[in-house]
Amino acid sequence: MFVQHFINALGLGALYGLIAIGYTMVYGILRLINFAHGDIFMLGAYFVFFATIQYKLPWGLGVAIAIVGATACGLLVDRIAYRPLRGAPRISALISAIGVSFFLENLAVVIFTGMPRAVVQPPWLMKPVILGEVRLIPLGLMVPVIAFVLVSGLLWVVYKTKPGLAMRSISHDIETTRLLGVSVDKIIALTFALGSALAALAGIMWALRYPRVEPFMGVFPGFKAFIAAVFGGIGSIPGAMVGGVILGFVEIMSVAFFPKLSGYKDAFAFVLLIVILLIKPTGLMGERMEEKI
Amino acid sequence: MKTAVRNAFLNLLILGALLGFLWWAPANLDNYKLRIINLIAINAILGLSLNLIYGMTGMFSLGHAGFMAVGAYVSSLLILTVEQKNTMWILEPIAPWLLHLQTPFVVSLVLAGLAAALVGWVIAWPVLRLGGDYLGIATLGFAEIIRILIVNLTPYTNGSLGLKGIPAHTDLWMTYGCFVVVLAFMVRLMKSNFGNVLRAVRDDEIAARTMGVDTFKVRVLAFTIGSFGAGMGGALMGNLITTIDPKMFTITQTYSVLMIVVVGGLGSITGTVIGSVLITVMLEWLRFVESPIRMGAFVVPGVPGMRMVLFSVLLIAVIIFRREGIMGTREFSWDWFFPKPAKTTQTKEARE
Repeated sequence: MFVQHFINALGLGALYGLIAIGYTMVYGILRLINFAHGDIFMLGAYFVFFATIQYKLPWGLGVAIAIVGATACGLLVDRIAYRPLRGAPRISALISAIGVSFFLENLAVVIFTGMPRAVVQPPWLMKPVILGEVRLIPLGLMVPVIAFVLVSGLLWVVYKTKPGLAMRSISHDIETTRLLGVSVDKIIALTFALGSALAALAGIMWALRYPRVEPFMGVFPGFKAFIAAVFGGIGSIPGAMVGGVILGFVEIMSVAFFPKLSGYKDAFAFVLLIVILLIKPTGLMGERMEEKI
Repeated sequence: MKTAVRNAFLNLLILGALLGFLWWAPANLDNYKLRIINLIAINAILGLSLNLIYGMTGMFSLGHAGFMAVGAYVSSLLILTVEQKNTMWILEPIAPWLLHLQTPFVVSLVLAGLAAALVGWVIAWPVLRLGGDYLGIATLGFAEIIRILIVNLTPYTNGSLGLKGIPAHTDLWMTYGCFVVVLAFMVRLMKSNFGNVLRAVRDDEIAARTMGVDTFKVRVLAFTIGSFGAGMGGALMGNLITTIDPKMFTITQTYSVLMIVVVGGLGSITGTVIGSVLITVMLEWLRFVESPIRMGAFVVPGVPGMRMVLFSVLLIAVIIFRREGIMGTREFSWDWFFPKPAKTTQTKEARE
């Protein structure tokens, strides 16, 4: 029983972590809570749903379409709603982000209708493997492995390539980086693209795990992933992953051991957020941000 | 001194016109229009309270829906009759002490405000140590926690089923009475020295602290007063609609109040009032895109969700193209309508 909960929590946590990376990268660079990120995740899930279930394309192609589509949406959001506000007060960009999130959710209602749709899981992902008392499905094992591979790849991009160097440089000092000849807007766009692609992948795996898609499916995972990013230390990619996994464990284990608390499941993340903000606002692995006077 | 007399006279004139309108409206307008006019006043109360927190004091709070929920539930629970309470709690029996607890509507309204203020005060202590967007996400978290508590505390709140058939006591006199009181309070507050302190905290907290202002205390106080307004507004709204459930008080509710404040102009009382008229009317008017439209022989089917799409496009457009909203931080003044002869001649003389 415990092993099953363990794998379950690891999978949920890995998904939170993948979404959290998008939040943490954008916040690290622009100091902006990209409220629309959870909705990019939702779009990714919808795209794969339409490609594979509605139009019967093979899964590989469907996943590719979903990633490209969600990435394009992420880039558009940055271009239209955030770039004009680069010089504006931070809260203006935040309100714009809230507007975009609201827009994408309701646009999804308009285009895809508000009805939840069932996702048909491919049978090979669901065939249980029985090890003694533990029943495991390949999907449950795949999610953490894929997440691990993706994060390793991302870390390589951020720490070993030139665009990654530019990203880290922007997060320290955007003006100086611009003076050094880096085209800042392109690097920011790349950040949005990477974050959106990861969110789309998380959306696809989410749609397979909880086999349905609906327009507001991104709201709570989005909030929770942001909380995971804050918990792990905003700006830190490994931190986002650690925060996500911790949050996944808190949610799954508390309900597994105290079933009475299941009604409060969605509140845990917010309680966790408030606690971490009060005790250690920089999160587990975050850098100290000093208040400049 | 003469202008003060003039302004007092003009203010009384406006108040008289409002009274005349309130006396005329119920007999001459249909229920739908009356409901919108009521909603304008309620939204103005909500907007003014959020503007006090965000526009005037600079605390980005996304918790308004939570305080509204507290107010709406407290007020509704106090005015429901015993029989209603007995029949409504299906899942779990109602808490016995709550069953016979009843007050008149006006008392329940004040208690709703006080309850929300208490919750706001308790939340303010930990949360207001944070600044900027962290404050926003933490207040959002608290609002969500309040909502989840309402869903789960069935003996007190009837859980996700909500409360139905709340005895309606809200009419134009009630909503506009509350609105005028809140408006007058806000105007006085912002003209007082405390208003200056609030603006100082917003514009430069460190400078304000250097001047000897206990900025944390000031922020807690402003947040508590704002929560009171939100609670009262929530109570009025619940009573106007006569049905409340936890789904009413999600982040969407906070967004629409935020929209009123942003469109009107952050930090402007006048702007918030204009914003609440505009947004309330627009949100109702936009309903037409969601209902089928007949054009000659063709019927264009309504598109559900379209209303909110247009609404959010408007929010984004305002924030990108006119960040200061309609009024910026300016306020309405009767001086707009009167030339100032004394001053202009003086400057002319000076120029010569």
